[in-house]
Amino acid sequence: MTALTSLTLKAALDGLKAKQFSSMELTKAHIAAVEAARPLNAYILETPEAALASAEASDARLAKGEAGALEGAPLGIKDLFCTKDVRATACSKILGDFQPPYESTVTSNLWRDGALMLGKLNMDEFAMGSSNETSAFGPVVNPWRIAGSNKSLTPGGSSGGSASAVAADLCLGATATDTGGSIRQPAAFTGTVGIKPTYGRCSRWGVVAFASSLDQAGPIAKTVEDAAILLKSMSGHDPKDSTSLDIEVPDFASFVGKSVKGLRIGVPKEYRVDGMPAEIEKLWQDGINWLKEAGCEIVEVSLPHTKYALPAYYIVAPAEASSNLARYDGMRYGLRAEGGNLTEIYENTRAEGFGAEVKRRILIGTYVLSAGYYDAYYLKAQKVRRRIADDFEQAWQKCDALLTPTAPSAAFGLGENSNDPIAMYLNDVFTVTTNLAGLPSMSVPAGLDAQGLPLGLQIIGRPLDEGTVFSIGGAIEKAAGFAGKKAERWW
Amino acid sequence: MTETFTLKGRTGDWEIVLGLEVHAQVASNSKLFSGAAVGFGAGPNEQVSLVDAAMPGMLPVLNKFCVEQAVRTGLGLKAQINLKSRFDRKNYFYPDLPQGYQISQFEFPIVGEGEVTVDRIDGTSFTVRIERLHLEQDAGKSIHDLDPKATYVDLNRSGTALMEIVSKPDMRSPEDAAAYVKKLRAILVTLGTCDGDMEKGNLRADVNVSVCRPGDYEKFRETGSFKHLGTRCEIKNVNSYRFIQQAINYEARRQIEILEDGGKVDQETRLFDPGKGETRSMRSKEEAHDYRYFPDPDLLPLEIDAAWVKEIEAGLPELPDAKKARLMADYGLSAYDASVLISDADVAAFFEEAAKGRDAKLVANWTLNDLMGRLGKDGLEITASPISAADIGALVALIEDGTISGKIARTVFDHMWAGEGAPAAIVEKHGLVQITDTGAIEAAVDKLIAANPDKAEAVKEKPQAIGWFVGQVMKETGGKANPAAVNDILKAKLGL
Amino acid sequence: MAIDAATVRKVARLARIAEPEERVEALAQELNGIMQWIEQLAEVDTDGVEPMTSVVAQALPLRADVVTDGGDAAVVTKNAPKSVDGFFVVPKVVE
Ligand SMILES: [Mg+2]
Ligand SMILES: [Zn+2]
Repeated sequence: MTALTSLTLKAALDGLKAKQFSSMELTKAHIAAVEAARPLNAYILETPEAALASAEASDARLAKGEAGALEGAPLGIKDLFCTKDVRATACSKILGDFQPPYESTVTSNLWRDGALMLGKLNMDEFAMGSSNETSAFGPVVNPWRIAGSNKSLTPGGSSGGSASAVAADLCLGATATDTGGSIRQPAAFTGTVGIKPTYGRCSRWGVVAFASSLDQAGPIAKTVEDAAILLKSMSGHDPKDSTSLDIEVPDFASFVGKSVKGLRIGVPKEYRVDGMPAEIEKLWQDGINWLKEAGCEIVEVSLPHTKYALPAYYIVAPAEASSNLARYDGMRYGLRAEGGNLTEIYENTRAEGFGAEVKRRILIGTYVLSAGYYDAYYLKAQKVRRRIADDFEQAWQKCDALLTPTAPSAAFGLGENSNDPIAMYLNDVFTVTTNLAGLPSMSVPAGLDAQGLPLGLQIIGRPLDEGTVFSIGGAIEKAAGFAGKKAERWW
Repeated sequence: MTETFTLKGRTGDWEIVLGLEVHAQVASNSKLFSGAAVGFGAGPNEQVSLVDAAMPGMLPVLNKFCVEQAVRTGLGLKAQINLKSRFDRKNYFYPDLPQGYQISQFEFPIVGEGEVTVDRIDGTSFTVRIERLHLEQDAGKSIHDLDPKATYVDLNRSGTALMEIVSKPDMRSPEDAAAYVKKLRAILVTLGTCDGDMEKGNLRADVNVSVCRPGDYEKFRETGSFKHLGTRCEIKNVNSYRFIQQAINYEARRQIEILEDGGKVDQETRLFDPGKGETRSMRSKEEAHDYRYFPDPDLLPLEIDAAWVKEIEAGLPELPDAKKARLMADYGLSAYDASVLISDADVAAFFEEAAKGRDAKLVANWTLNDLMGRLGKDGLEITASPISAADIGALVALIEDGTISGKIARTVFDHMWAGEGAPAAIVEKHGLVQITDTGAIEAAVDKLIAANPDKAEAVKEKPQAIGWFVGQVMKETGGKANPAAVNDILKAKLGL
Repeated sequence: MAIDAATVRKVARLARIAEPEERVEALAQELNGIMQWIEQLAEVDTDGVEPMTSVVAQALPLRADVVTDGGDAAVVTKNAPKSVDGFFVVPKVVE
């Protein structure tokens, strides 16, 4: 059965169509793998009965030749996505046993195409975190370990459950979300592929909101091609989301394997930050060399406001979050604590229901929006955001895509950064810029460091030009020869 | 300009300054940002979508019709229409505010400055400057009296579209404030953008009240500086013309007393208690507000097309001011009658139908005095009048052609009100035709003079005593004699 | 613009989060650290820069005024901590 779970999504879909195995067999293999991998804490809710029922229905459709693009493929779903009548918590205590009476647009799209759900995946509470340690369900463990060590490492965050599950073959692919790097940094830490598409590609309807102007869904997958197949299914215009782009969805997979010859690849000099590990520096250079060999022209570009992206993000995202999370008040759903009067009940509910990091960000967000500070912080950050977006606009005069490292380090040990919020925030220093500018960006595994941990490279594209990002991602994947490298199973 | 409204205090005269924020519910089928129905009388939470209940991951989508109504209203207020506006979040916690914020328009409203001309009862008029009109969501309803220990929340109203119309502090008396709301209501109802139903709370006013000394307001108008005015208190959600006036009177008195005792008025939000006729501080809102407005990131800037605005403008109905001018010009009505008629579009329409080909002044009198009086007594709207416009017209026609006198007409009117049908048939049935036959009148006059020779002699010295003779003749003929004919014949026979 | 204990109390109150008094001082220091790091934004010249509220370069979509939703109080109150006869039941509000 191990053979079935180690398939890529593409290979599994081909095998299903060729009747080499059934969705039932494929699903059972995954359910067994999920059960065996509980020490990773990737799934916070397993839904095997529903998965088997869906597999049966998929097999019927496959038999009739009515298969959808993802027919019979078992996936994991980040707990930020609401799925009908299945507990959704955003990994917070405050939602209690909330059972959404609705299905998010992104998951609806996946089910429309025949995919099925194995369960809900762990994440940082309300997607706030970079190590999956803020989850009310406890941290996720990275299947990768330092060679010769049994220390538990973080899979990154916030989509740590998605990344771990994909890396450990606990699903064929997973949904994830990215507000400041939450798809790409975990992908880099786990040797998986993750793409955050152009803002507005994937509907936000039915996805628990963190920071509305930055949140974007995307897949974490085993290969660049798998990511392309999943993203195609997840994307599309949704009239229920006013920020959803009313625009055709290309066949992203057709760009994977396409020649990158003649593409101009920008290398932003500001991404060479102080204290960057030499191995990351080297990996970046490897990427540059591979693309040069593939016929790309490398150009140095400048994104002068890069260093201000993270502080700007830590105004914009908490501000939006402080308002988005006001609805968790214990009145209509979720946790309600005791208290002597209404205000106390509000205060106690939110004090008990939210974890420390969420509270910290709500307080920062409330502070920067409060009377007398709005101009100095929020308005200023929105202006800096414009500057950052303008930097990219300038760069597009000189290049077609950008290549950078995904994260400033490999996966670190659980607990290592959790006492220093700013050190934790710095994980997103390379990724957050594209959330602020709304650009598509992908992390592709490109090698292992000396300790045997995966490292990722980030490709940033022009707005709506995921196609080029997939082509470059495919070229790096091929050159790096990473595909097939897996964490050694210890669980 | 009428005399300035003043209140006498122990330490001298005071004046009041009033600005209003009127919330008008948009007459739409569905809510501002969701597809749930708007309406009255549904069971609790029956008109609530998951968006209105602020379920996780739910998103707002703007209703085009509501935008159109805001533009229509803006045009009706002769206001600036902003082709680019924006929705902001106003953040605060309250159990009937599910999102923990209200989506409103703060920095960039859809409608900017405009003005409303308001008519007073004495026939004078004044202008209220409009500061802005913006679109926003209404909150749900908290019901406090179903359970002594808990509050029940019904979100049916939550998310309903409101137009908040903010005036400048241009009203100076309780009557002026009520007249402004009345005029605003007439404009909204004419435009069809709001049904104007104040009882249901579909039109309600927040009244800002402050007091100042004579002369201060003029300084404020000259300089635009609020430092010349007193501290204001906002009285929330007052929903009748009478309550608006009561609330203002009470509040102004309260503030004057504080000031005359050497105290300071606190800027605060207050509630009007119609039972006690008092305003009181809202305890739940005592803590200083900090709404943390910021642009709603779930929405994009609202951009509307100039061509669409032109199209909306071309489709506007005749507005109350234009109608008033036309009623005065076409029917020769007084400014007073015309402004009373336009204060209710239905009344104006009734009048115009009744007045077709008749003496318009007479029709106006019958409509405004007799009919409106009766309707008011029975608490009926003109649309529910038991007497049709055509029948009021027919009644006036009978007066005009001398078939009945004005006095008899009153009797006929009573029969019409009772549902006896067309006035001509009533006159016929009850034998109310006016006696214009001079022979019959002459006989009655001769008889009267013969029976009262002393009075006939005396009236020659005192001609105004003729009234007694007229009255007797009318009595004799059961009120049906033509009064003009009676007068003429009496004068001739008495030698006056 | 340093955050002191009073500011923490005020902000926590606005955000409706109970913070125990013994936590307030530490929280003030923690938030101060973050805000000081954020202060570097002041270095950026943003004169005449239009604030960016959204990256989406399209007009706000508008929907038709038709009823497409609602009509089921049971669905709306399904997850409520307390509900009676279709109402949400919440702690007594004193006005
Ligand atoms: Mg207001
Ligand atoms: Zn309002």
